[in-house]
Amino acid sequence: MNATDTGRGAEAAGPVVRMEKVNKHYGPLHVLQDIELEVARGEVVVVLGPSGSGKSTLCRTINRLEPIDDGSIYIDGVKLPEEGKALARLRADVGMVFQSFNLFAHKSILENVTLGPIKVKGMKKAEADKLAMELLTRVGVANQKDKLPAQLSGGQQQRVAIARALAMRPKVMLFDEPTSALDPEMIQEVLDTMVGLAQEGMTMIVVTHEMGFARKAADRVVFMSDGAIVEQAAPQEFFTNPQSDRAKDFLGKLITH
Amino acid sequence: MDAYLSLWETYGGQMLSTFWTNLQLTFWAAIASFLLGTLLALMRISPVPSLRWAGAAYVNIFRNTPLTIILTFGVLVLFGVFRVTLASDFNLNFFRIAIIGLTIYHAAFFCEAIRSGVNTVPLGQAEAARAIGLSFLPAARIVILPQAFRGAIAPIGNVLIALIKNSTVATAGSVAEISGTMKVMMEFRPDVGIPIFLTVAVFFVIVVLPVGMLTTYLSKKLAVAR
Repeated sequence: MNATDTGRGAEAAGPVVRMEKVNKHYGPLHVLQDIELEVARGEVVVVLGPSGSGKSTLCRTINRLEPIDDGSIYIDGVKLPEEGKALARLRADVGMVFQSFNLFAHKSILENVTLGPIKVKGMKKAEADKLAMELLTRVGVANQKDKLPAQLSGGQQQRVAIARALAMRPKVMLFDEPTSALDPEMIQEVLDTMVGLAQEGMTMIVVTHEMGFARKAADRVVFMSDGAIVEQAAPQEFFTNPQSDRAKDFLGKLITH
Repeated sequence: MDAYLSLWETYGGQMLSTFWTNLQLTFWAAIASFLLGTLLALMRISPVPSLRWAGAAYVNIFRNTPLTIILTFGVLVLFGVFRVTLASDFNLNFFRIAIIGLTIYHAAFFCEAIRSGVNTVPLGQAEAARAIGLSFLPAARIVILPQAFRGAIAPIGNVLIALIKNSTVATAGSVAEISGTMKVMMEFRPDVGIPIFLTVAVFFVIVVLPVGMLTTYLSKKLAVAR
């Protein structure tokens, strides 16, 4: 796999992800408030914000792991369907990396990566194995291919999870706090993999607390607080010159620690 | 001792052949109720509310109905009223009706055993399956159920053990099985009453004990590492 075909299919004009007036409630809690967001092809958007600001929920609505109350979400111009086969098809185009890895616990590392291509895309096993080995080599865990997920370290599992998502050749990759469950010494290996992806032109939406990654790899920082997008800017501008009080407060707390 | 040996001379063959009937009832009912139970468990975890409701209704109705009533219903209503005939042979017909009764009843328990296994599978597994584009049935078949079965071996074993023992209730469904033989023996040979009970009990212990040991062994060996 070379730098130009990190999985993006037919190049259509317009944003890869578009959210229009998206609202979601958990009971009385208005967890997403009139969210408007567009992510262009090849763009890396990092979503920052305090805990409970709705950033994980926002990420999970994009492939409808969380349903929304109203508003619309478009993936590459196609409106996210409610349920059923059409939704499954669209999800195949959206890669997702979870905080807790969620590798299929009863499948080997290789099978974790080939399952999607074989079962969802109908790829031949030999072809899927070849693709999986390329991806596992790229994330540096090819030598673990026959092990079960529980036999790998957290950092290795998360890199396999990235390979599993990439195997579907997604149009966009969602990262829901991918390093939050990792021991400190394993965070860097996962971030390095993600920086590599960003440099290759993958469209990425990353919910994280890793400011280093935001500075290094993000094209844009989206700052959320209390379920709303408060401000968005290029990382350099956001970190040096935040506009809103809530962003200043958030960044202030980070620096004092 | 001589009295006990003469009991075997008279009833030995009948005991073995009727106990063989119990094992056959168990075998077929186990396969059928496991399949039906899996289907019910799928309904109960499905995203379709009406299927979930139907699955829950089935379980709550049949789990809470005495097995004797279900098997008697098979004979008196299915056969007696509606003349349901599954075999031209009279006894084979009752045997098959009894299998249906045992299946209907135990499917509710298999369903709940499998569902307890589903609860051992973290939600993230289903989310990951959906995220790569698997819809409900493929996700259940490839990701959820294989892990759920492995997490439910002990409760599935318990249902199987209950089914083996409950096969004696088929007497209520006019099937000649071991507890019927026991009743006959008690009637004609009250001199060895307690040995008769113990003999029949030992028959079941011999079959049930290995099932229990095997399921305990398998539930450890096949546990999904997390």
